[in-house]
Amino acid sequence: MSKEIIKIEDLKREFTMGTETVHALRGISFSIKEGEFVTIMGSSGSGKSTMLNILGCLDQPTSGLYKIDGVSVKDLNRNQLATIRNEKIGFIFQSYNLLARTSAIENVELPLLYNSKVTSEERRKRAIKALEMVGLGDRLHHTPSQLSGGQQQRVAIARSLVNNPVMILADEATGNLDTRTSYEIMSLFQELNKKGITITFVTHEPDIATFSSRTVVLKDGAIMQDYLNHNVQSAAAELAKLPKQDD
Amino acid sequence: MRLLNLLKIATKAIVLNKTRTLLTMLGIIIGVASVIAMLAIGEGSKESIRTTISAMGSNMITIRPGADDRGPARGSGGDVQTLTLDDYEVIKEEATTLSYITPVVNGGGQVINGSNNWPTTIYGVNPDYLNIKVVDLQSGSMFTDAEVKSASKVALIGQTVVDNVFPDGQEPVGQMIRFDNIPFKVIGVLEEKGENTFGQDQDDVVIAPYTTVQKRILAIDYLNQVMASAVSEDDAPEAVTQVTEILRSQHKLLDSEDDDFTVRSMEELISTFSSTSEMLTILLVAVASISLLIGGIGIMNIMYVSVKERTKEIGLRMAVGGKGSDILLQFLIEAILISITGGLLGVLLGLGATVFIEKFLNWPTSVALYSIVISFAVCAVTGIFFGWYPARKASALDPITALRYE
Repeated sequence: MSKEIIKIEDLKREFTMGTETVHALRGISFSIKEGEFVTIMGSSGSGKSTMLNILGCLDQPTSGLYKIDGVSVKDLNRNQLATIRNEKIGFIFQSYNLLARTSAIENVELPLLYNSKVTSEERRKRAIKALEMVGLGDRLHHTPSQLSGGQQQRVAIARSLVNNPVMILADEATGNLDTRTSYEIMSLFQELNKKGITITFVTHEPDIATFSSRTVVLKDGAIMQDYLNHNVQSAAAELAKLPKQDD
Repeated sequence: MRLLNLLKIATKAIVLNKTRTLLTMLGIIIGVASVIAMLAIGEGSKESIRTTISAMGSNMITIRPGADDRGPARGSGGDVQTLTLDDYEVIKEEATTLSYITPVVNGGGQVINGSNNWPTTIYGVNPDYLNIKVVDLQSGSMFTDAEVKSASKVALIGQTVVDNVFPDGQEPVGQMIRFDNIPFKVIGVLEEKGENTFGQDQDDVVIAPYTTVQKRILAIDYLNQVMASAVSEDDAPEAVTQVTEILRSQHKLLDSEDDDFTVRSMEELISTFSSTSEMLTILLVAVASISLLIGGIGIMNIMYVSVKERTKEIGLRMAVGGKGSDILLQFLIEAILISITGGLLGVLLGLGATVFIEKFLNWPTSVALYSIVISFAVCAVTGIFFGWYPARKASALDPITALRYE
């Protein structure tokens, strides 16, 4: 049996808005095993974003258990949370969030700059390796403005890989991309997943879920569905089916 | 390692925003440059006063008859006849802190050479005079002690006198002139000294043995003053005390009585003038410091705006593992780098301005090392002080809010 990367038990998150208490998450339990490709689905207001913040150690639950790679997050302070994010999680955002006027390689190096255990040579080496993994080995010194949206997201993916995280956490990672490019990105995710990288993909697009091995559907702060996908679509195959573009 | 990384991040951010950084620095640059330039002007004028006074003999001590008359209705020092040759002899004998000493008698009169004449002042002194006043001779030689003893009718004249009574460019040495109808043989010409700080022409003089001037011209037996020079500048205050004591006992003054003479050193004069120019310097620096302060506020403004503008970037940095302290240090380092670079440029500009003032405005300047050190230190402190608030604000951001910030 493979290792549990994420373990969540009866997780609750409440916000106080004035005198009212909003229950964003109402007792959620699930776990993610190493090598899984999970999509977390839900419409807005379902608690999806709150779930993402907690999974990404940007926020802490009000009650319940959240363990990432065996570490219980609940009692950690701000600095310890930052260390967890730095060492165990790779973030990918909808709007890429690359540093402007900064080369691809420097963008990818960013997480390692906050890890003083990594020397500058190793940092460079790992950044180059990560960029090669996402197919941008020849674009090391391009700045975001010189790259297409798909390429920018690839840089962001390389950045999420560079610290060898236990899990990649993507937030609507294809939301800003056209169908073709998002299939390309999904196919890259599938490739990475095949290499054993655990991926959690938060989205509201149902077709993204067909590329993952498991889907968790949230509604009103509770899990509505949690099912394994026995018929995983290949993003590469879908991409081939798309009408050819003249370029 | 961590600091080095943060330094790298901060440098990168500065380089990426060259124009903004330069504009931010402007305040600091101008502030530092003006502090340095102002201090250079202040130091320069102080030094020029010191040099002028030193040229008059900075270890010179003058002894005049009469009390330091600041009260009402006292006679002027020149009219008092309480300073005598005996006093001079005693001081010469007993004072150990003096290297040269001369009696001085002086009076006005007309110098005549043929059809040319010129009103001037004759000083009766002994050969020590040249050493005390630090004057050299252009030509000829000084009279000797023997000539003083015999009250010889020999004289040295200053350049102004030469110009007026020898207008044809004749060599004055060896010529005969008359002062108030007494014939003198010119034996030397004094080196040209120009005007002193008080606008007095130092070349408009005739120098002769004091015995000659006393007996043949003024017909007096007292002295107008005694001039001496202390062994060194540092000994001057000591010499003043010593001379005062000697003269008090020589004049048999009781403890309750005031001095009937005045002893002054050039050192006092220098400090009076220095303190005036120091006041001026303080004023100038105060004004310049305000511009430095405003420069600091400029840094705070820009850093504050920068934190707002880069909120999303801060969110990202936090998401990928930047701790609050990392963000704080990054912005603090940015502020410090900006102010230090601004400080360096300011020092260069200040030095440039100083050279300009010296060369083109003919204003004496002197760049003091301390002014560079101080303005630079103030600059670094300004960076930390004014960088702290925005940096603190950046580090306290909530990563979720920062990431979603548009």
